[in-house]
Amino acid sequence: MPPMLWLGVAYLGALAALLITSLWTQNDFTGEIERAWTLENFQDLFRVDVYRTITFRTIGIAALVTVIDAVLAFPIALYMAKVASPRAQRLLVIAVLMPLWASYLVKAYAWRGMFSADGPIAWVAAPFGLHSPGYGLFATTVTLSYLWLPYMILPVYAGLERVPSSLFEASADLGAGSWHTLRRVVLPMAFPAFVAGSIFTFSLTMGDYIAVKIVGGTTQLLGNVVYDNQGAANNLPFAAAVATVPIVVMLGYLAAARRTGALEQL
Amino acid sequence: MRNIGSKRLAAVACAGVLALATACGTSSGGSDGDKKASADQGGFSAPDVPMATAIGDPEGQVNILAWPGYAEDGSTDKTIDWVTPFEKESGCQANVKYFGTSDEAVQLMKTGEYDVVSASGDATLRLVAAGDVAPVNTKLLKNYADIAPFLKDQAFNSVDGQMYGVPHGWGANLLMYDTEKVSPAPTSWSAVFDDASQYAGKVTAYDSPIYIADAALYLMDTQPDLGIKDPYALDEDQLAAAVEVLKKQKENVSEYWSDYLKEVQAFKSGDSVIGTTWQVIASVAQGEGAKVEAVLPDEGSTGWSDTWMIGAEAKNPNCGYLWMDYITSPKAQAAVAEYFGEAPANTQACSLTSDPTFCDTYHAEDAAYAAKIHYWTTPIEQCLDGRTDVKCTDYGDWTTAWTEIKG
Repeated sequence: MPPMLWLGVAYLGALAALLITSLWTQNDFTGEIERAWTLENFQDLFRVDVYRTITFRTIGIAALVTVIDAVLAFPIALYMAKVASPRAQRLLVIAVLMPLWASYLVKAYAWRGMFSADGPIAWVAAPFGLHSPGYGLFATTVTLSYLWLPYMILPVYAGLERVPSSLFEASADLGAGSWHTLRRVVLPMAFPAFVAGSIFTFSLTMGDYIAVKIVGGTTQLLGNVVYDNQGAANNLPFAAAVATVPIVVMLGYLAAARRTGALEQL
Repeated sequence: MRNIGSKRLAAVACAGVLALATACGTSSGGSDGDKKASADQGGFSAPDVPMATAIGDPEGQVNILAWPGYAEDGSTDKTIDWVTPFEKESGCQANVKYFGTSDEAVQLMKTGEYDVVSASGDATLRLVAAGDVAPVNTKLLKNYADIAPFLKDQAFNSVDGQMYGVPHGWGANLLMYDTEKVSPAPTSWSAVFDDASQYAGKVTAYDSPIYIADAALYLMDTQPDLGIKDPYALDEDQLAAAVEVLKKQKENVSEYWSDYLKEVQAFKSGDSVIGTTWQVIASVAQGEGAKVEAVLPDEGSTGWSDTWMIGAEAKNPNCGYLWMDYITSPKAQAAVAEYFGEAPANTQACSLTSDPTFCDTYHAEDAAYAAKIHYWTTPIEQCLDGRTDVKCTDYGDWTTAWTEIKG
């Protein structure tokens, strides 16, 4: 029970406080919070077009990062789970975990270097008469896909490991080619694992603002709006109102994930 | 790396503050009523915060919140160090935190963690009105008498004749460009506005709502019909025009900067070739081998006039006062002004600069020149240019507009 209590107080309590704050307003001049109930922040959130644009952009990038990570993770996880020798398997797990030992900032700045006008990408592209794509949505998507890839590989690997190898043989005995086996046998069984991984990649992208600041150029995601309002403009109530958007999106996402039945099978 | 570390820390701290501010309830803002009474200075009267009457024994440390380059301890460049002499002289260990925008400074002062802050004109009155800073007893400061008279008792650093800080220095925002990629040398802000497309994807701009004033200043020159007299007093139409200019500019912007090291790095790598800057950034970039120059364009410029203020809840007020006195001493002023590239407030510093013509270059003693720079000021509903027939847009409107510009 005590652990649940912790969760209730520390986690849900903080969320409740956030929601309450979003119903207050702020004195633009002094930055003091004025504790009068109002829906003004939410009205602004819906009224001003830019916030809708940013919300859709954030959801779009989160979805794109999730798809990219799923596509990249599947062959790696499949190799780790079904092809590699036990020794290679252990080494690969360590290799996948290794980037998580390095600081998030170091990795994001590494990508800033990659995309810079005198960085490796520009250097490789130069002989073809091309430039680095520079900082922006593309760089953000690549960086976030890189950052969250281990969070997709590990659940998919765990999921594939639980698929009995005998099923591969059975499928082959019944005349299915390896492509057919992957599509009809392996993927459906690994689907819950993809959903589990996608919850990580999707939610982590929804909330990110640091990588966007480093490689995003002029791009803003929801996290930046929260950061700019809280960290810069000091408008905590509006920041809280914006912060409820990813919460609502994630609740919707989790509800959809539950409907697929994926969460029960984990 | 120091900067990266502190940013991360700041992020964590913000998260913590967020949790505390919401969970702990009524510690701040309970007395909003008395803080918002109207007065002549933009609709506020300063809350009653006691003023120090004497400097007691130093506490052994002081927490300084400063613009980058204002409190150098030799860690950026071994020869640039005026903090260590202060520590030896006063016995106060200086803990320095740099901030990137005035908003950040206001936000950090609210935590009560900092004893002194170097606030620009767009932060000072907000800090005073919120009761986050205390009036300063200038009689306790030996060097106050030598501060240039045109900086004393100004609207942005005093209320009803009571100083809320000590003037530090002032200067103009400059236009920095890559001398190899930008030629001929730009002489107008049009290089980053109407003509920015020739540097598509390589333009940079300051990441703060206050940057809207730069566009407004440009419009004063290019579209006189709009009737902008003061870039910080924009009615709705004028703000919309400035926003339009900035939205067009955004198409050519590589990234906005608020972290000065990020701008240095972007110019070094060639990701940015032209954009707004401070002299200190140009100097650091040149020191690191970037081929850049910084110029003051013909239209004039926005700029800053900074004031050292003391926190209302300062835990080390004595060391805070010692720091304010030290940093406005001729020797420290000469060092800061030359490093940062601004006019020192204490004109006695002019005889101590390593470049004897320094103060002439920066017009340090020239009150008429100082009056031409449009110093950062917080935009408020009452038009600062004296118009009474129309409501001006306030800083909240500017913040929303800035989010819209970035899209």
